[in-house]
Amino acid sequence: MNVIVCVKAVPDPKEICKIRIDPATKTLLRCDVPLVINPLDKNALEAALLLKEGRGASVTVISMGPPPAETIVKECMALGADRGILLSDRAFGGADAFATAYTLAGAIVKAGEYDLILCGMASSDGATEWVGPQIATFLGIPAVTMVRKFESQEGAAWRVLADWQNGYRRVEVRLPALLTITRDLNRPRALSFSGILKSRKKTIEQWGREFLDLPSEALGAKGSPTIVSEMSTVRNRRDVKMLRGTIEEKADQLVGLLAESGVL
Amino acid sequence: MIDFSFTDEQEMFRKASREFAETRVAPFIPEMEKTGKVPPGLVQALADAEMLAITIPEEYGGLGLGYVARMIALEEISRISVATGMMLQVFALGIDPFVRFGSKEQKEFYLPKLARGERLATVAVTEPTGGSDPTGLRTTYFKNGTDYILTGRKCFITNAHIADTVTILAKDENDPKAFSAFIAEKGAEGFSATHEEHKVGMRGCNTGELSLEKCKVPATALLGQEGKGLRVSMSAIGDVGRGGMVGCAIGLQTACLEASVKFANERILYGKPISALQTIQNKLADMKIDLEAGRLLAYRAAALHDKGERSSNEFAVAKYFTTEAAQRAAKMAVDIHGGYGCMEEYAVSRFIRDAFVLGPSAGTSDIMKVIVARWVIG
Ligand SMILES: Cc1cc2nc3c(=O)[nH]c(=O)nc-3n(C[C@H](O)[C@H](O)[C@H](O)COP(=O)(O)OP(=O)(O)OC[C@H]3O[C@@H](n4cnc5c(N)ncnc54)[C@H](O)[C@@H]3O)c2cc1C
Repeated sequence: MNVIVCVKAVPDPKEICKIRIDPATKTLLRCDVPLVINPLDKNALEAALLLKEGRGASVTVISMGPPPAETIVKECMALGADRGILLSDRAFGGADAFATAYTLAGAIVKAGEYDLILCGMASSDGATEWVGPQIATFLGIPAVTMVRKFESQEGAAWRVLADWQNGYRRVEVRLPALLTITRDLNRPRALSFSGILKSRKKTIEQWGREFLDLPSEALGAKGSPTIVSEMSTVRNRRDVKMLRGTIEEKADQLVGLLAESGVL
Repeated sequence: MIDFSFTDEQEMFRKASREFAETRVAPFIPEMEKTGKVPPGLVQALADAEMLAITIPEEYGGLGLGYVARMIALEEISRISVATGMMLQVFALGIDPFVRFGSKEQKEFYLPKLARGERLATVAVTEPTGGSDPTGLRTTYFKNGTDYILTGRKCFITNAHIADTVTILAKDENDPKAFSAFIAEKGAEGFSATHEEHKVGMRGCNTGELSLEKCKVPATALLGQEGKGLRVSMSAIGDVGRGGMVGCAIGLQTACLEASVKFANERILYGKPISALQTIQNKLADMKIDLEAGRLLAYRAAALHDKGERSSNEFAVAKYFTTEAAQRAAKMAVDIHGGYGCMEEYAVSRFIRDAFVLGPSAGTSDIMKVIVARWVIG
């Protein structure tokens, strides 16, 4: 069984308060915030590693990102992935979810046969939730988003439980398929010293546009149909409102205010 | 040009250690502070995370890593809990005599178990007669057939009550100039852990006394050559012990600085965060300068050791500087917190208690200066 996991390098969400927006380019300025594996991609990788341990699956990690993203691919190898591929090329720069999915789909085809593709449900910085399903569309395979549990993993059709608004869906899906994973699926393992040492021998494949043989106009900023028109920092400030009247009146007003603001 | 950067692999060791410290060690701190006892779950967590295996050679089930990797792990763990850093550093201190002086049989028997944490180790040199002068110790041994009989008392021994395997330094009853190192096993006849100390800081890291009352150990318990025991124990303390204290100290320095920056940015006085006040900035800058200097000394000594060069003098410099700097940092951190710094809800109140325990362990600052002076005078 071959499992492919798509991972993204994101600025560490724990240090997100340091990040600033560049008003001119409408992009995020990383401001020395270290890159980490997108948290939900860790759940996707964990699911793949459990398949490796349970049924000998081979796990390939693919990441598209700038050269420093190599460190997170290395980390995936130290966690137990067998093969790591970094898609890095100027031509890929400025890609939106669509162009990213197109590039990743191209790389997946190049990487060889696969039975399962796992993605995190969303990235902590972009948060569109589109890349996974779009990859599936490019590859012409089914996708199930927001998977929280594998119920049956036997045969060609798996049964999974996936979030749906306030409840869940039970879905049967024929492999090869793409699943996007939520944090409820598992608890990602910790990086270990011996895992790091074992990954010494593993090398990371670096693929560019030429190797993927994809048309430049479909990649990066050129291949991106969406444009960020505005970006602003949300400032949370405390607002003070004094309530007047008897205790009953105040309670009524409070309930009204809470309902108005959507808390109740 | 000297390359001061860490390798990608070392950065991953740091990441792994930090994650471990923040998720697995931190939850034990309240219990450790309250009871002063070692939580068994913590020792298991250290073993599961392979923290006991770092310096053990691969052929004996260890990771075969050097002092830089160990320094990284200790720094990150001590950033969260100095008590845990101390416990871990002394486990490695207890392992070192086996790695450097153990016979093939001793290595094969002990090291794999020590690597997995099935056995825990320590070294017992200090006695009530004074830790600075180990030759003044009074624990004696004599040969009885093929066995040795040990009698005496050890104090201030880290991990005394939890260690299974203790390297004991003792003096020949008939030749006060001959010292030998022996392995004493928990449960051996006449061997027991007695008084448990209540330290002001590093609570939850065990320190206590060991009693040897005609404790009988077999000839196979001798570590290294008979009469050459000072080398066995002092080389462990010189590099592993001092290096370990340095790791604890730079971790604590980092914790003090981080807590201070956070508080200074959040505490509003005169309508502004106090980090805008020059006197506060001055303290933060002092802490940062000490930390940068301390880390350079620490990692230089560790890197020298990993290159196979002599490093005990460099570790003495680093031990002096970083443990003193950690005490300065802890005082400044408490000062920056104002009254809150005296309250137990704030971690800096723990940091200042921990900082003072760093001083005497593995040799006092005075003794570090004695070593450094000997180094310069030649
Ligand atoms: C938390 C903790 C853990 C420890 N763990 C261990 C352990 O695991 N194993 C172990 O064997 N020991 C351990 N020790 C003991 C430690 O090594 C000794 O406390 C230390 O060596 C000092 O010895 P002492 O306490 O007897 O002080 P003393 O040696 O009595 O020193 C008293 C004072 O005299 C000063 N002094 C001594 N000699 C000189 C000199 N030549 N020049 C100038 N000043 C001098 C000292 O600096 C100090 O100020 C531990 C200590 C502590 C606090």
